[in-house]
Amino acid sequence: MDPRTTVINERLSRTGRIIAVSSGKGGVGKSLVATTLALTLSRKGCKVGLFDLDFTSPSTHLIMGVKNVPLKEDKGIIPPGVKGLAYMSLIHFSGDQPTPLRGADISSALIELLAVTQWGKLDFLVIDMPPGISDAVLDLIRLVKRIEFLIVTTPSLLAFETVKKQVRLLQDVKVPIIGVVENMKTSNAENIKHETEKLGTKFLTGIPYDPEVEDAIGDVTRLLKTALAQKISEVVASNITK
Amino acid sequence: MHEWALAEAIITAAQQIAEKEKLSEIREVTIKIGELQQVEREILRFALSQLKPATFKNAQFHITKAKTTLKCRVCGNTWLFSKNKLDEDTAEAIHFVPEVAHAYIKCPKCGSPDFEITKGRGIWLENIKGVR
Repeated sequence: MDPRTTVINERLSRTGRIIAVSSGKGGVGKSLVATTLALTLSRKGCKVGLFDLDFTSPSTHLIMGVKNVPLKEDKGIIPPGVKGLAYMSLIHFSGDQPTPLRGADISSALIELLAVTQWGKLDFLVIDMPPGISDAVLDLIRLVKRIEFLIVTTPSLLAFETVKKQVRLLQDVKVPIIGVVENMKTSNAENIKHETEKLGTKFLTGIPYDPEVEDAIGDVTRLLKTALAQKISEVVASNITK
Repeated sequence: MHEWALAEAIITAAQQIAEKEKLSEIREVTIKIGELQQVEREILRFALSQLKPATFKNAQFHITKAKTTLKCRVCGNTWLFSKNKLDEDTAEAIHFVPEVAHAYIKCPKCGSPDFEITKGRGIWLENIKGVR
């Protein structure tokens, strides 16, 4: 028996909602949406944690412009405060080193961090997921009882195809889906909205492609002034904190 | 200390096994700690003594270290982990998350980071003994 799994739900017992921001394919803006979601909730006065679960390709530290954050221990690891968030990422341990991990290693590292991180009292824990339907998704479903998913896509049918599969999987195992965000829209076409609704899932918003977002990477103040942040703020108000 | 969190996991797991086996009292808990995670045995022992519930009041905790064996998937080379070859920061990073070893350790024969931790990864419950 792996003793670590026995304490995961206790570690999260003082956390309100736990939201995994996931996607079918990479490069759709999932980390930007997750980070902006966490920052928006925090700016509204909520206590928020952000957990970067994309162990081999972490991005949230780049989005927030953080580096070399010292860790504290107190009956476990205390996620350091970064930009108002309780922030956990493998980069606290791997730094800039490439960290090639096979599926079993990802699973074990995920379990280790869930078992030893003392999140304390949080209103929200936002989890930035790696793309696809693999170890991290399966582990969160089996280990975190109150997990909910928010799925990010782009207008491309290539991105949405895996979203359809992910939605069906989550519906089959009865894991709640907050909805789908369509990112990097270049037109007013509503086909992703219609396809999402046909799946029985809520279409949350369409975020226009915005070249300002790339320039805002590393600058949280600038990021929160983008159209992406505005759209996420609307989603928060109408779907998450209402 | 981080060992406290691991001790809590051990106690919780042992309690779950005890409940499943309908044990009214736990007499012995055998724990193995793999060298890779560099768990401080005495800190772990102290945490266990502080965390143990009433059913464990007479329990003896046997904590033994286990060597960590690493095996390269590319060339098949097998070697033992040694903390002596690591600087303090690297050793500490691996102490927190053993899988981070893949960021810092390479096969000494072919230089690949694609190795398997075949034995002694972290901390595990070897067995528990009690009475019904």
